[in-house]
Amino acid sequence: MANKIANRAVMCEVLKEAASKDKNVVVLCSDSRGSASLASFADTYPEQFVEVGIAEQNLVSIAAGLASCGKIPFAVSPASFISTRSYEQCKVDCAYSDMNVKLIGISGGVSYGALGMTHHSAQDIAAMSAIPNMRVYLPSDRFQTRCVFEELLKDHKTAYVRIGRNPVEDVYSEGNVPFKMDKATVLAEGSDVLIVACGELVKAAKDSAELLKAKNISAGVLDMYCVKPLDSEGLLSAAKGKKLIITVEEHSPFGGLGSMVAQVISANDPKKVVNLSLPDAPVITGKSQEVFAHYGMNAEGIAKKVAEILG
Amino acid sequence: MRKLGNVKKLSATAFDIRRNALDIIMAGGGGHIGGDMSEAEILLTLYERMNVTPETQDSPDRDRFVLSKGHCVETLYAVLSYEGFMKLDEVLAKFSRFGSEYIGHPHNTLPGIEMNSGSLGHGLSVSVGMALAGKMDKKAYRVYTLMGDGELAEGSVWEGAAAAGHYRLDNLCAIVDHNHLQISGNVDEVLSPGDIGARFAASGWNVLKISNGNDIAQISSALDEAEKTKIHPTVIIAETTKGKGSALIENKASWHHKLPTQEEYEKIAADIAAYKEAVLNG
Repeated sequence: MANKIANRAVMCEVLKEAASKDKNVVVLCSDSRGSASLASFADTYPEQFVEVGIAEQNLVSIAAGLASCGKIPFAVSPASFISTRSYEQCKVDCAYSDMNVKLIGISGGVSYGALGMTHHSAQDIAAMSAIPNMRVYLPSDRFQTRCVFEELLKDHKTAYVRIGRNPVEDVYSEGNVPFKMDKATVLAEGSDVLIVACGELVKAAKDSAELLKAKNISAGVLDMYCVKPLDSEGLLSAAKGKKLIITVEEHSPFGGLGSMVAQVISANDPKKVVNLSLPDAPVITGKSQEVFAHYGMNAEGIAKKVAEILG
Repeated sequence: MRKLGNVKKLSATAFDIRRNALDIIMAGGGGHIGGDMSEAEILLTLYERMNVTPETQDSPDRDRFVLSKGHCVETLYAVLSYEGFMKLDEVLAKFSRFGSEYIGHPHNTLPGIEMNSGSLGHGLSVSVGMALAGKMDKKAYRVYTLMGDGELAEGSVWEGAAAAGHYRLDNLCAIVDHNHLQISGNVDEVLSPGDIGARFAASGWNVLKISNGNDIAQISSALDEAEKTKIHPTVIIAETTKGKGSALIENKASWHHKLPTQEEYEKIAADIAAYKEAVLNG
């Protein structure tokens, strides 16, 4: 892989830039500064860094209290813990109380590989999306991660962002990052099938479109990093005239991107929607790419599924 | 903090607060009457003394209060009405009604309310965040939170306690409304909180105990001591009487949440009036 820069490292850079300009930007960690690549933030801006120890509920509530006093807190903890152990704090203290807290789930999905289900976050999209006033973002690469964090620094509402642990292949390139907040990015136009993906599976979706070309199947690809608010308009526009919609997500089959896309499509432009996701079971042991390959969520798996259905 | 006014007069006012809370409960068709009655003097004393008024409620320098035991919102509404943040008539007309913003737990779209609460065990940690922000900005404001004794079973309380001690938040004062009862019965029988003071002290807190948490002079004196305490956050463990104000409901777990019948309402209201009279004649 050419890219060696993890999305979490980009997050740290953006937050350091923001902290240098605004002393109200505060980062909170739950003994997670190393995992979050935020050690250099803590070293550079110790007055704007709050360590709460291994106490994720406290992490989120303290962030809400800080926000109520005008701070701009980013609470950063493994996605598995911040989204489920702190779920009620995210719901009550952040979203319901309308606090400007940015909840950052690091090492999301199956990033932790062999560490097992305790450390996998395959429920976070469903859980967080079900909270009124909560937004959910899964940037696809390091360039888009920068865009999302820069935009989130401009608003005053709560949001949840999931990013992975390891560097991922670039979807975009320096100087070529089409991005509009809360609008899906069209990565490829096509006439037969629309592939909608989020997070670190966008690259696989994009590559699968290339593989499908060889099979004379024309695939459109959408990067739906904004899972909530889902870009329904962009989705319906891209879905127009397609025979099939495929969704791809590093998540449980329930309540995630696939469910949301299916809701919009079935209500507005009914057609077949097939969801490629992790299983409703503990995930097989392996590195992310091994897991994706096993469940048919890599470029080859996506292309194979499309060809099977359309063939 | 502001200086406290006439203690005797305020002690009588606490019974007006109770009567108003009772009327709010009747108007809304239910409420947490037992805890409402035990916290009346604590909330009244706080709002009489905190540096926050309807005029300064948006000031970054205001003192903050979080009702962690959010279910006892009726007395908070009564106190906020008395202090001019909201109008009692409006609360009475709207409480718990269809489409109302005056719901059965604190909500920060209402004037004078900092944070939504209702799920127990959140208020202390949120207050820690507020106090930390005050330290970061070198502001003089103080942060107060009121918890129930049953609430202390929530593990998150102790996460908050540890952080407050660690960060030496001497601008934070937690108060425990120690009325010894929760919905299922006696707190010690449901799940003993153990030695509450020792648990806070172990996290670096200054622990104050007051023998009568329904005594405004005792509450105020403890608040003074908390304000003078440096380095350590302070917890005031206030021995209160659940249902205080009427023999019908005092110290009865069954009155944790209950709507009085008309007959009971009249009895409770008469008892509250008698308490007030006794205070004025005392």
